[in-house]
Amino acid sequence: MQVNRRQFFKICSGGMAGTTLAALGFSPSEALADVRAYKLLRAREVRNTCPYCSVGCGILMYSRSDESGNVKESIFHIEGDPDHPVSRGALCPKGAGLVGFVHSKDRLRYPEVREAGSKEWKRISWEEALERIARHIKEDRDANFVETNANGVTVNRFTTTGMFACTASTNEVGYLTQKFVRSLGMVSVDHVARI
Amino acid sequence: MSLQTQDYLARSGTNALTPPPRARDAQLKVAKLIDVSICIGCKACQVACAEWNDLREEVGFNVGKYENPLNLSSETWTVMRFNEIEENGKLQWLIRKDGCMHCSDPGCLKACPSPGAIVKHANGIVDFISENCIGCGYCVTGCPFDVPRISSHDKRAYKCTLCVDRVSVGQEPACVKTCPTSAIRFGTKEDMKHVAEERIAELQSRGFANAGLYDPEGVGGTHVMYVLHHADRPELYNGLPKDPKINPLIGFWKGIFKPLAAVGFAVTFAAAALHYLAVGPIDPEEHDEEEKS
Repeated sequence: MQVNRRQFFKICSGGMAGTTLAALGFSPSEALADVRAYKLLRAREVRNTCPYCSVGCGILMYSRSDESGNVKESIFHIEGDPDHPVSRGALCPKGAGLVGFVHSKDRLRYPEVREAGSKEWKRISWEEALERIARHIKEDRDANFVETNANGVTVNRFTTTGMFACTASTNEVGYLTQKFVRSLGMVSVDHVARI
Repeated sequence: MSLQTQDYLARSGTNALTPPPRARDAQLKVAKLIDVSICIGCKACQVACAEWNDLREEVGFNVGKYENPLNLSSETWTVMRFNEIEENGKLQWLIRKDGCMHCSDPGCLKACPSPGAIVKHANGIVDFISENCIGCGYCVTGCPFDVPRISSHDKRAYKCTLCVDRVSVGQEPACVKTCPTSAIRFGTKEDMKHVAEERIAELQSRGFANAGLYDPEGVGGTHVMYVLHHADRPELYNGLPKDPKINPLIGFWKGIFKPLAAVGFAVTFAAAALHYLAVGPIDPEEHDEEEKS
């Protein structure tokens, strides 16, 4: 492009005029701005209990989709449930980060077994797992059940197997756990809530 | 996206003659009250903040400090600061949740040259509109609390928004909701001052004679306030400034020099235009002949 001195000055003064107006705040168009869109607006909200400790804080889980048939739901946000009498919306750092737990690649998704002597974890079905656990308990109980102590007093103890129960249980679940465990004669039982 | 919030009390890089839309400014001021004497440093607020705002800081390394992450960043908008103070043979562990203070007179907004990159809402929230951010970093130097951070990825400034997206639909900020010890409270600024008063009286009755509220006047008060057990020495809490003020240079550049320079521009341009009208253009041919001869 050929620009002579005269045109150059015109361009300069035009530019200066524009800059001056802009610098004075007379920009031709307002830049668009607004607050970030609220991300839970039509998310599906489901109540649940935090799985970590025995406090059992209430949580609200939010997933995309309105349960339409074509959509695979995915949880994208979890926060405290303000209606929960225990936590009233509060969550500790572990609970507050639950969404990372949901999508963790290390999350246990199905029963696995590591056979004696093996280094590998092998996936098994739920039926297989339950069957196996029941079989182990039965065999161990049959072999090691103590009916009477040294004085001949009936004790019905099963001391060689223990049970570690899940945490976020209600009183009722805790009661049932006790029923199950004690009916086998099991002595060692614990969970984070210390039933 | 639209401008229909119409509640901007202030907007960066904007002339007072063409103010931002603010007709809907009849709103109660909100405030977050952080009671450092109740805080146990569990960092639930940090996690809730990251979760709500979809921020994920890179996993760092343990360097023997409780801070994790070590500092604020474009992906960490709040961080717990841990300070061990030993006085009179007694150890005190002072924990402070650090982050944007949402000043009533925000230094970042004053320093920002980009129109609309920083706005102050009528409820007191100071927010960065990243679309308009030019990444100059003036907000970082303009902030008396050293809060904004420039992202290494997109070269734009980021900081706590006081969950403006939640507050604007009637919810509380994520950190407030999650706090298990109620060390973080949220409500109108007036209500928070009352809550603070009660806590301060309680602390004073328990031997913290200097307990008080941190709501510094130098920045026009803040919408994030602290209850401190040592309000006479806020520096103990990881260098919280005792009397934060906006750097006077910012006032000079933005308050005096910038308008003067703008007027200078306008006058120069007007003089040139007047000269053109009064004297007229130089005849280039005549001029060229002069140069030739």
